[in-house]
Amino acid sequence: MWSPVILVPAILNGLMTGAVYALIALGLTLIYGVLHIINFAHGALLTAAMFAAFFAHQWLGIDPYLAAVGLTPLFFLLGYGLQRFVIGPAAHGEDRNILLVTLGLAVVTENALLYVFRADTRTINLPYAFDTIEIGTAFLAVPRVIAFAVVIAVALALWLIMRFTDTGKAIRAVAKEKFGAELCGIDVAHIYAVTFGLGTACLAIAACLLLPTYYVNPTAGNAFVLIAFTIVVLGGMGSVSGALAGGLFVGVVESLSGLYLGESLGQIGIFVMFILVLLFRPSGLFGERT
Amino acid sequence: MPILAVVGLLAAVPLITSSNVTLNFMVMALLIALVGQGWNLLGGFGGQYSFGHAAFFGTGAYVTAILQMRYGVNAWLGFVIGVAAGALFGAITGLLSFRSGLKGSYFALITLAFAEVLRIVASVTPITGAGVGTLVILDLRPEAFQFQSRAPFYWIILALVGVSLVLTRMIEHSRFGAYLVAVRENEDAARALGVDATMIKLGAMTVSAAMTAAGGCFYTQYFLFIDANIAYGPWISIEALLAPIIGGIGTVFGPLLGALLVKTLGELAKLVTGGAPGLDLVIYGGVLVAVVAFAPRGMAGIFVDLRRLLRKAQERGDG
Repeated sequence: MWSPVILVPAILNGLMTGAVYALIALGLTLIYGVLHIINFAHGALLTAAMFAAFFAHQWLGIDPYLAAVGLTPLFFLLGYGLQRFVIGPAAHGEDRNILLVTLGLAVVTENALLYVFRADTRTINLPYAFDTIEIGTAFLAVPRVIAFAVVIAVALALWLIMRFTDTGKAIRAVAKEKFGAELCGIDVAHIYAVTFGLGTACLAIAACLLLPTYYVNPTAGNAFVLIAFTIVVLGGMGSVSGALAGGLFVGVVESLSGLYLGESLGQIGIFVMFILVLLFRPSGLFGERT
Repeated sequence: MPILAVVGLLAAVPLITSSNVTLNFMVMALLIALVGQGWNLLGGFGGQYSFGHAAFFGTGAYVTAILQMRYGVNAWLGFVIGVAAGALFGAITGLLSFRSGLKGSYFALITLAFAEVLRIVASVTPITGAGVGTLVILDLRPEAFQFQSRAPFYWIILALVGVSLVLTRMIEHSRFGAYLVAVRENEDAARALGVDATMIKLGAMTVSAAMTAAGGCFYTQYFLFIDANIAYGPWISIEALLAPIIGGIGTVFGPLLGALLVKTLGELAKLVTGGAPGLDLVIYGGVLVAVVAFAPRGMAGIFVDLRRLLRKAQERGDG
């Protein structure tokens, strides 16, 4: 049971799954860090992205990895538009209202998908879905290795954007001090929308990485987003590196608890962890106490 | 006084119509009004938005069902214990959350998490009947809280709504209610003036949970069946907040008004689409966004605005 032959592959697989969790959490934490709201529509938007990737393959025969190239800018625009024209104006500057608006958007998106596509669960068949590569004693599924690599690349790209571009600097300025940034001539509404767009674009990439090995139905995104909430709280709200570390950590915890406790208990384990962290370390395991 | 008039008026409905469809519709609307009033007390008056009121609804529903089926407890007693269990659960979760200083997004998250944990637990543990759910055995006697026709059910839920209205009105006019609103408007300022904000929020959450749990207990008796997705599913959490927000958040009559409106919209959606799943919720979500965007004070706010407009028009007419 504790031999490295079982343990090492479980940990490696956990890291691979955790990478996708981390990407979803990255989008959530980015939006939280700047807008200081929790985007309750995150799960529904992930589901929408998964449907988009699914039908890109089904109707147009586009490979999910290739679809990411088109879907990412598309979802950036969608996120930008949602924040700029729906969430922002509807909220009247009240945080409580933003909660309700994103919840409303989630309900609309999820149920529109349910209405159009029914509750059927869909999967796609790809020739390479079951290919594996061997690392030491572990066999790793190729799609998961690709996902891991892409997530690292995306995180790096995001870091570069935030660090070196003017937009990135403006985003960080708004996150730190909204009013001051506005006084310096930064268009806060625009930056909010850009941030929301970036967060949504992360979802499009995550969806394309998930699809080769995962199914899609109108509630498929929710499971991931509850995990993403856990990760974001664990890593400290608004912290990008915290989201990455938290994602990988949760992936490993889930993989190990699935191994030792069984599937359904593993799911509860994540929630219990989530509630405990919220209650006792609301600033996150890695964040400083406020 | 207006409460008496409204409840009296509604009490006459079964005398006018004996159509089961109409009564069923009214029962569901009143049920949502009751559950929504629970949410409104905490969310509307206290400013603490819960996204997981299903936790209280489901606890009430399951406690009533399990007490009857497994322990042979009388249904009426089960109802009372169910409400108490819901209140207790509200007090415990409230104590945990408020002691940790959770508010805003964090409070919404943790309430959601509590409801989800309960949903998963209820769908696997044997005592709740796991995935199959719990059936309450048919026993059509008033002593068993079951009736031949729908009218008695209707009057009972109406009475419960009436009690919730009176209770909310009393809280609104009490010192406790004033503190609650103060905490909503500015918690730090309220604390600085000596209001024990944690205790106030805790009290509101307990009463709120009790009202919502009463809705859950009633649900069990009315449908004689409960499972994890009904009891702890997101649908009830959403309707609980939808009704007061649409009707008028933080007002006594908001939840009742909103519940009637929401259920009417839902029925219309079903009529148009022939009951295809999803569309009614699409409309609910859309209405939620639209109300927050264009009428933040709900229907009650629109009425106030209309009355003001009328008065202005009258004054202009007089002058």
